[in-house]
Amino acid sequence: MCLAVPGRVLDIEERDGTRMATVDFGGVVKEVCLEYLPDLQVGEYAIVHVGFALQRLDEESAKQTLELFAQLGMLQEEFGDPWEQAAEAGGATPPVGDAVIEEVRK
Amino acid sequence: MKYIDEFQDPELARRLLDDIHSTVTRPWALMEVCGGQTHTIIRHGIDQLLPEQVELIHGPGCPVCVTPLEVIDKALEIASRPEVIFCSFGDMLRVPGTGRDLFQVRSEGGDVRVVYSPLDALRIARQNPDREVVFFGIGFETTAPPNAMTVHQARRLGIPNFSLLVSHVRVPPAIEAIMSAPNCRVQAFLAAGHVCSVMGVGEYPELAERFRVPIVVTGFEPLDILEGVRRTVLQLERGEHTVDNAYARAVRPEGNPAAQAMLEDVFEVTDRAWRGIGVIPDSGWRLSPKYRDHDAEYRFSVDGIQTREPAECRSGEVLQGMLKPHECEAFGTVCTPRTPLGATMVSSEGACAAYYLYRRLDITTAAREASPVV
Ligand code: SF4
Repeated sequence: MCLAVPGRVLDIEERDGTRMATVDFGGVVKEVCLEYLPDLQVGEYAIVHVGFALQRLDEESAKQTLELFAQLGMLQEEFGDPWEQAAEAGGATPPVGDAVIEEVRK
Repeated sequence: MKYIDEFQDPELARRLLDDIHSTVTRPWALMEVCGGQTHTIIRHGIDQLLPEQVELIHGPGCPVCVTPLEVIDKALEIASRPEVIFCSFGDMLRVPGTGRDLFQVRSEGGDVRVVYSPLDALRIARQNPDREVVFFGIGFETTAPPNAMTVHQARRLGIPNFSLLVSHVRVPPAIEAIMSAPNCRVQAFLAAGHVCSVMGVGEYPELAERFRVPIVVTGFEPLDILEGVRRTVLQLERGEHTVDNAYARAVRPEGNPAAQAMLEDVFEVTDRAWRGIGVIPDSGWRLSPKYRDHDAEYRFSVDGIQTREPAECRSGEVLQGMLKPHECEAFGTVCTPRTPLGATMVSSEGACAAYYLYRRLDITTAAREASPVV
């Protein structure tokens, strides 16, 4: 959770008076709030933490970091199903029908 | 040096290591503050590649690990209420409270949901106006601004059924507490890069000066750590103690002013208990009075909770760098990621989990052999 992941801005729109972006993290696409980096542009990279862009990053460093994270399985850790991960770590069965992540992704 | 081929740029890694090896003349103890850095160090065997004289001490920088038991118990109690949808980051699911965890609360029928961002929790509150939606707000200076913004948005958009259970912590007072401890061995800090992306480096010169310790802002990728260590050792050998930024690609000296302004508006500094360590003055944030409507502690009365820490867990010493995880008697025997006694074994950023995951074989065997019970 404490790790921030670099991502590339795909598009930007104003929603409910808030500047939001769609951001690509090496294949995983998420909604990201730009209120803390309001002048970030489409095509640029930023360090994103729990759905908020916190600092700009140059393209080369961003790509290198993403590649490293993918290699180390850290993207899966960050964006995979948390119930499954918790269950696996604890040797239990994950609760079924957790549609929440899907629900909020929409 | 069997690990070095696994570095992204093995040639550069070798150069940095050579440089460190040729600079060191005496023993030095450096603390890496951030749990993400601890994981990189153990995962890549960086501690084994460094000269013997350079010791890396693991710091308290794992938000999941330092969240006090009392707050976890409050979360469990709130999450059990039928009117509540309790939202959290996935890392908190298996952190043991007194007797159970959020995973169990969910299997007992509590409506516990995992979100990627606090804004997802706000959206759930909007979609469920007849329920109470509570978000578990833990974390350091990187997570606090997103949570602050979410509370601010709840107020602005008039979403009354959203509240935050807050237990945010701040790094500089923890550094101060570590340096002030009578048995402190730490001689320099690798500061947490992403915390500085938000806060900048302004809080550090005073600490570096007062305790005469070099503070080097460091990222958490393998090469970042080597570069951080290189610059730190250079200062130590020269008898210097300044603040240096080895993570300039992501850290501007001023940090992110918009995030800092929001933190100041929504939160106020407070004393905070750290799990296993105790209360550190001014080391946390809570919601400021003007946002009290959105404070879960006020909305749900959850006082008078009796907490019980497992006596054999020594995570407090681990978090302060006084004990290495495998030196704990329970490590790898009664305490494993499947049956964790302390949060440092649960969290993906915890030091005990790092040791268990990446050195499972040699250390657990050593721990078993050393342990009289097995
Ligand atoms: S190994 Fe387990 S019991 Fe020992 S300090 Fe770590 S979390 Fe606590």
